[in-house]
Amino acid sequence: MALTNEAIKQKLQERFSDQVTGFEEPYGMLTFEVEKESTLKVLNFLHENEELDFIFLTDICGVHYPDNKGKELAVVYHLHNLKENVRVRAKVFTSIEKPEVYTATGIFDCANWMERETFDFFGINFIGHPNMKRILNVDEMDYSPMRKEFPLEDQSRVDKDDEMFGRDRRLAY
Amino acid sequence: MRPVSYNVKIKKLENDISMAEMPDGHMGQGFFATSLDSVIGLARKNSVWPLPFATSCCGIEFMGTMAATYDLGRFGSERLAFTPRQCDLLMVMGTIAKKMGPVVKQVYLQMAEPRWVMAVGACASSGGIFDTYSVLQGIDQVVPVDVYVPGCPPRPEGILDGLLRIQDLVGRENLRRRNGEQYKGLLESYGIQ
Repeated sequence: MALTNEAIKQKLQERFSDQVTGFEEPYGMLTFEVEKESTLKVLNFLHENEELDFIFLTDICGVHYPDNKGKELAVVYHLHNLKENVRVRAKVFTSIEKPEVYTATGIFDCANWMERETFDFFGINFIGHPNMKRILNVDEMDYSPMRKEFPLEDQSRVDKDDEMFGRDRRLAY
Repeated sequence: MRPVSYNVKIKKLENDISMAEMPDGHMGQGFFATSLDSVIGLARKNSVWPLPFATSCCGIEFMGTMAATYDLGRFGSERLAFTPRQCDLLMVMGTIAKKMGPVVKQVYLQMAEPRWVMAVGACASSGGIFDTYSVLQGIDQVVPVDVYVPGCPPRPEGILDGLLRIQDLVGRENLRRRNGEQYKGLLESYGIQ
């Protein structure tokens, strides 16, 4: 029996009721939001349940929504069921004042480096992570470059005329 | 069809063996007198040992420069060494990320004096199109550079021209330069003793 999005949604709602919300299916991939406090329970359920069997954590990434008050930062978990070849996407939101999410390293070992990357670029602190430090950027970097308040361009560069390159320093926020 | 598909003007070899030009000096029967600077310069400039530090597409162009068609060996740089201890010329080719910066500097420190540095391509010279938080905006932020070769990537002719400019610098260098106050000041500005 193939594992359908409907069946996954039903199972999750039966078990967690209002802890999982906002079900969507963009391009056929089941996407839902999980309350921050029950992230690990949901991930563990998806991993351990024999019918769901999402044993592979494909990716963790961060997203910054500056206008989403109180829920500025999102952590997105991509899970894959290898037997049925089904993927789901779980989103967890957190505020930018207290960017803290629980670590998934206890469930998926591969979450270790992915969470370090998310910490590196978005400054999201994963509580309980065994080695929470930068992974890709230089250690001296003192900000999270993927947050939208920081401009992409290197600020140490002096040889470029901003007008010639279609940039306006006043617009960079 | 490309405007120039191949070289139609065949130029005859002037000599079977091309010799380096003799420096200015006084010559008589059985002797030749010139300054020590120019003799040592002559020897150094025609046997520059490059150390390629290739991280991206400019490195591929450099491979073309080394190969038969362009042949860097014609200019006395046949011998590439992949150990900084033996090399005279550090050729940095390609994007240097900020995390790579200390590595470039360490390679430079491991080279013995006299040493020269060539930044090949837009990225090594200025960061190029990678005007971003993670990329070093030109290797001259970590090591002093003698010659910049523009291009993205430069053609092998460009890299050869850069090498010829390096040879000019090497040939004309005053032997006392590396002990001078100005040179020490330059190194100190990079935090190198």
